[in-house]
Amino acid sequence: MSNVAHDAHDYVPPVEIPEMELYHPKTWLGKYIFCQDAKVIAIQYSIVAIGIGLVALVMSLLMRVQLGWPGTFDFIDPAGYIQLVTMHGMIMVVYLLTALFLGGFGNYLIPLMVGARDMVFPFVNMLSFWIYFIAVLVLVASLFVPGGASGAGWTLYPPQAILPGTPGSGTGIILMLVSLSLFIVGFTMGGLNYVVTVLQARTRGMTLMRMPLTVWGIFMATVLALLAFPALLVACIMMLLDATIGTSFFMPAVVSMGQQLDYEGGSPILFQHLFWFFGHPEVYIVALPAFGIVSDLLSVHARKNIFGYRMMVWAIVIIAALSFVVWAHHMYVSGMNPYFGFFFATTTLIIAVPTAIKVYNWVLTLWRGNIRLNVPMLFAIGFIFTFVNGGLTGLFLGNVTIDLPLSDTMFVVAHFHMVMAVSPILVVFGAIYHWYPKITGRMLDDTLGKFHFWTTFLGTYAIYYPMHYLGFLGVPRRYYSIEGTSFIPESAADLNVAISIAAIFVGAVQLVFLYNLFVSYFRGKEAGPNPWEATTLEWQTADTPPKHGNFGEKLPLVYRWAYDYSVPGAEQDFIPQNVPPSVGAQTVDDEDEEDYEQHS
Amino acid sequence: MTISLIFMSALMLVVAWWIIKQTVNTQPWEAKAGHPEIGRFSGRSLPQPNSKLGLFVFLAVVTSLFSLFISAYMMRMELGDWRPLSDPGLLWWNSAALVLSSIALQWALIATKKNQIETVRNGMVLGGFFAIAFMAGQLIAWQQLIASGYIAQSNPANAFFYLITGLHALHLLGGLVVWSMTTIKLLAGVELERLRLSVELCAFYWHFLLVIWVILFSLLLST
Repeated sequence: MSNVAHDAHDYVPPVEIPEMELYHPKTWLGKYIFCQDAKVIAIQYSIVAIGIGLVALVMSLLMRVQLGWPGTFDFIDPAGYIQLVTMHGMIMVVYLLTALFLGGFGNYLIPLMVGARDMVFPFVNMLSFWIYFIAVLVLVASLFVPGGASGAGWTLYPPQAILPGTPGSGTGIILMLVSLSLFIVGFTMGGLNYVVTVLQARTRGMTLMRMPLTVWGIFMATVLALLAFPALLVACIMMLLDATIGTSFFMPAVVSMGQQLDYEGGSPILFQHLFWFFGHPEVYIVALPAFGIVSDLLSVHARKNIFGYRMMVWAIVIIAALSFVVWAHHMYVSGMNPYFGFFFATTTLIIAVPTAIKVYNWVLTLWRGNIRLNVPMLFAIGFIFTFVNGGLTGLFLGNVTIDLPLSDTMFVVAHFHMVMAVSPILVVFGAIYHWYPKITGRMLDDTLGKFHFWTTFLGTYAIYYPMHYLGFLGVPRRYYSIEGTSFIPESAADLNVAISIAAIFVGAVQLVFLYNLFVSYFRGKEAGPNPWEATTLEWQTADTPPKHGNFGEKLPLVYRWAYDYSVPGAEQDFIPQNVPPSVGAQTVDDEDEEDYEQHS
Repeated sequence: MTISLIFMSALMLVVAWWIIKQTVNTQPWEAKAGHPEIGRFSGRSLPQPNSKLGLFVFLAVVTSLFSLFISAYMMRMELGDWRPLSDPGLLWWNSAALVLSSIALQWALIATKKNQIETVRNGMVLGGFFAIAFMAGQLIAWQQLIASGYIAQSNPANAFFYLITGLHALHLLGGLVVWSMTTIKLLAGVELERLRLSVELCAFYWHFLLVIWVILFSLLLST
């Protein structure tokens, strides 16, 4: 903590509420495996999420190999291809992005940024990780059972998800549903922690409106996830019963392979409603933490306060609230009442308003800032571009009349990869480059980082820009091969080759990133406590990396918001949140003095 | 989905209203110290203990879960093959047991405030007894239904009946785990001061599950 003399204006009354008692593990297992320290849990979450994410990355490359050079590789058959599609999508959305943003960054950053010693329920937090870990194991196990993993597409639509003929319709889909249910249970345990910690365990002076936007983003995303994941749980439980004991919640009367099945009367549309009631908020569960983190990266590395802080907070809250009333825009082709379509198109387009406010505010934060173009900043700026690109195609797809012809084409694939795959992952990279020095005490290599940024950023554009065009041509998604389709020109195949080459290149470049992570851990430049000269509390800890309990002997007191950069008249171009006003540039104004005198 | 939609909208409105109320009159860019704010501001948004707030958040999740089940029930009900089942009369007795269980726990809760440890013990044990009686009754009701041929596969109304009552019982079972830990400590003579919060949370959870049951039961009766 900064050792600054406190003058009369900095008078602080004694603590009213005692600090939480920290859990001190006694055994090796308790310290490193079943650890209750949020920072260790965060790293456990991150390693498992990134590990399973790499598996999904390899799956996407296998898909691209098949699409680029159809018929060349014998080991990918149509069934295997659709299994790859399914597993890639499900892993990336749920097991990588959700787990990494909330379980990884949430656990690491919430206690440190709000000035808490740990999460409020450390034991439940530990359970949360281990249940997540079991969920991942069950999912991986589904790859090896007879019939293989589910090939229902990541949306798992019935009836095909559990009908014979779909790959993995036996054990595969059951394991998938069990794994998702476990994930939801585990997440709920973690989510309780994130919400209650933000509400109840902030340090003194850390009012809600002094919290960094990262915490706001993760907090609102957690609220969303807690309310939206039950929809997926309901869908999973009901489909499990349909698949195992033969109820007809979702299954209509079906003739499958010449045989009349026992199902009757169920409603596949009901599943779609439940799935997308979770599925659309899920987009914002991934996006809101990214919004928050990117706001902080931009502010720190542009040496400027975030433009319109309060507006940014309200935009996060409004986006979260609106995300519950747009789900049916994923179902325009399900034969809904046109008035419903109109309603959901309207709400969908309304979301563009708070989102655009955020984009303007990011750009205005950069405006005339003292921009340091280091690696986290590059990724943050890359995010703005990619997010705007992906968001604009969202405006197309949000309209019923434009969505109908484009539905289930590569255009949709290009859209959602830009907006919820590449954009958040750019933020993940930026955040790792930004916080790695705090987590390990060493800097990541700058040159490798810049190489990683430019190749990844430009490479993803080489992948997804052409995909929009393929969508316009009418190339459908999830198809094993499009050879001999009369309305698709030959040149589409050439474009597919180019996309595949770009994808393999971008995939390979990630090895450089992994190498950087690994080598810098041992040989990276010493970072010191605050290499980026940032104001937030995690950079003001007594030790780097922070020890159990985070802040040494005394918890920091917060006197200001997280964005005091380039304050006129201040000695340095940043004032940490725990520096009292008498030391920082801003002096107490008259009204406050009166207040103080009345108080003392 | 209208029910879930209304519930979610109401919940999100409350969250948004609370947050905006907390934040609308603040000037976050001003650094303040001598200001009384820092002393008054203890880092807690609400006066409740953490575990109580944790329970509230959890109950919001459970409410979301049940409202989605009810939405699914209402949507599935409108399709042609729905044949309502005749609810066993036993359910009325079970409901009575659950009400008694809730009352007993409330009795225990009131006694904690008056420091009457004997009454707390009696209330808790009685509450648990009636809760177990409720669960046993539900199990018998299931068996009666199965015996008279209402099996889950034959009609969605039956399937939903088992699903919803089963899920409710599962939540009660989770409550009973916490209840048994508290009651064992009570009987082992742990001082009341340390168990007051546990009793309060148990009672609150029981009342919540009772409300959920009343809603579910009236839904089952009316369809």
